[in-house]
Amino acid sequence: MSKGKIFSGAFSAVGGFFDRFRRQSFAYPYVLWMALFVVIPIILIAVYAFTSSSGGFTLDNFSGMIDYAPVFVRSIWLAFVATVACILIGYPVALTISRMSPKNQRILIMLIMLPMWINFLLRTYAWMSLLENTGLINRFLASIGIFDLINSLHAGDLAYTPITHFQLINTDGAVVLGMVYNYLPFMILPIQSVIVKIDPFVIEAAQDLGANSRKVFRKIILPLSLSGVISGITMVFVPAVSTFVISKLLSNGTVMLLGDLIEMQFTGAAYNPHLGSAISLIMMVIVVICMSVMNKFGEGEEQAVVI
Amino acid sequence: MAKELIRLENCRKEFDGEVVLDSISLAIQDKEFLTLLGPSGCGKTTTLRIIGGFLRPDSGTVIFDGVKINDVPPHKRKINTVFQKYALFTHLNVFENIAFGLRVQRPKLSEEEIARRVQESLELVALKGYEKRSVSQLSGGQQQRVAIARAVINRPQVLLLDEPLGALDLKLRKDMQRELKQIQQQVGITFIYVTHDQEEALTMSDTVVVMNKGEIQQIGTPLDIYNEPKNAFVADFIGESNIIDGVMVSDNTVRMYGRNFQCLDKGFSPNEPVDVVVRPEDIDIVEVSQGQMTGTVTEVTFKGMQYDIIVDFQGFKWLIQTTDHSPVGAKIGVKIDPDGFHIMKKSEYSGLYGDYSSYSAEYDELSAAPDDGGQEDE
Ligand SMILES: Nc1ncnc2c1ncn2[C@@H]1O[C@H](COP(=O)(O)OP(=O)(O)O)[C@@H](O)[C@H]1O
Ligand SMILES: [Mg+2]
Repeated sequence: MSKGKIFSGAFSAVGGFFDRFRRQSFAYPYVLWMALFVVIPIILIAVYAFTSSSGGFTLDNFSGMIDYAPVFVRSIWLAFVATVACILIGYPVALTISRMSPKNQRILIMLIMLPMWINFLLRTYAWMSLLENTGLINRFLASIGIFDLINSLHAGDLAYTPITHFQLINTDGAVVLGMVYNYLPFMILPIQSVIVKIDPFVIEAAQDLGANSRKVFRKIILPLSLSGVISGITMVFVPAVSTFVISKLLSNGTVMLLGDLIEMQFTGAAYNPHLGSAISLIMMVIVVICMSVMNKFGEGEEQAVVI
Repeated sequence: MAKELIRLENCRKEFDGEVVLDSISLAIQDKEFLTLLGPSGCGKTTTLRIIGGFLRPDSGTVIFDGVKINDVPPHKRKINTVFQKYALFTHLNVFENIAFGLRVQRPKLSEEEIARRVQESLELVALKGYEKRSVSQLSGGQQQRVAIARAVINRPQVLLLDEPLGALDLKLRKDMQRELKQIQQQVGITFIYVTHDQEEALTMSDTVVVMNKGEIQQIGTPLDIYNEPKNAFVADFIGESNIIDGVMVSDNTVRMYGRNFQCLDKGFSPNEPVDVVVRPEDIDIVEVSQGQMTGTVTEVTFKGMQYDIIVDFQGFKWLIQTTDHSPVGAKIGVKIDPDGFHIMKKSEYSGLYGDYSSYSAEYDELSAAPDDGGQEDE
């Protein structure tokens, strides 16, 4: 046994220099990648945001943005609602999964990730065909006579126009649903991975001291899993606040979000990359502020584990 | 002390078809310091978890203060635990860790009451002034103290301690042993203590329960266990023992190496085969001419307080502890007083222990033996 130790000791002494050298050089491709595809684009966005189409410095892009305040509010609100929904659904799911045997946990995690193997667009299209006025859900409701029933309740009311469907698609609700459906796994997975790491003896210690299962949850499991919730919030809120595909498909443009607005500035008839850059920049600032507030919350917690 | 507090009756536990506890029966008195002692894997923790309520015995009864408690969950038992690896609440500071047991109580206690009792507990474990510290900033010894303070805050009738000193270094261990004993006397409650360290068990306990392979080998005071081991396993596990095949010729006479020795034991059938235990410190080295037996010294190790010498008696090697030096190769005589013999009935362990032929190897094994006390390999 001592022989092995001496050998490995010698190795690490000689290897120390090479280790460090190698480790640093391994980072170069990544640094280069970051510089090329993250830093430089951000600089370009900033340059665009502060210039006009003639090339001169201007703040008009920002002052003009006030017209779009409702879009900002709606985007943040819907992303917020979707994030809260993801927590309310995702936390109990994560908790339930983490109480299962390791084998069942693996199976369930697999099932949760399964939809992610299907193309994002395809998944959202599927929701379209479910939610449409003549979609599966409305057709199903019609076939069991829901609409006839509702209409019959209003029989005799002359001002009443009979309905043939519920308005599901092209609503805020549809957009939130799309967000929750697409991003829920990103809430469940980090929470679950934090909960399973809680030392079972810590839970036993709490029981030992007189805590029933409700108190064990509130005083031990919940606080110890907050770091997972926080990384879940980050991973749901950020993509939700900037999405444009979901709103485009599930609202057909009636619910305009920041992502749609930005997209329009680059590809649409309203072509204005300077305004688009300014909006992107502001959105980035909002996201960074949200994240640092979240991190303040999570301070002192163990580093959240992002799967 | 007379009152019985806990009783285990024929408790049996299997894991995956493997018998981990085989019909354990044990009575624990109020306010006593009882130690479960045995090698790693013998079922000590399992026994403790059954008492704490974290495991249910497959069969058998657990009785607390005259009431069967098999189905009482841990949070309703007047028993608290110091866990093997402390299991502190890392999201709470020292004060809140200790206060936890008070805060989950209903009806709610006042903040002043909580603060006062936490202070008491902190004083008990000499950690005053550490209230605001995060538990992860504390040393192993301090974490240990927090775990104890946390466990006694609810004034349990019984404290369960699972190898609480296993992760501490030797010096700290010795200090904590003394301190734990003091704490036990101060709070005046029953301690059920688990260790695989026989010395720890002997110095701290009122009662020692020696376990092996899920069975209780012997229950007794430290003195009983040391002086009157029931079988070769106990004799070997508690201190050093030379264990020799012998025959109980008649009361007070045992025969080994073809000659009779005087002893104090009786009550065996005539000529019953027995195991004879002779402790290494009960053997006097004398001139060859005056010895009851003669042998050759094959090994000498200086131990500070004494020499450990290995002596070959007709192929069977004995360990003798003596303050007199005898060189390797010397012929020596030995003399054993009648009270130096301890006679045991034959058991499943006969012949397995008590021969020092592989003396040095055995010592190496002892010092290198990994325990389950949470000591991480450095
Ligand atoms: N939850 C469990 N599942 C399966 N086997 C277990 C479990 N707990 C303990 N054992 C087994 O039971 C035996 C006794 O364990 P334990 O009571 O922890 O021993 P000790 O504390 O004396 O070292 C060991 O062989 C151990 O592997
Ligand atoms: Mg153990």
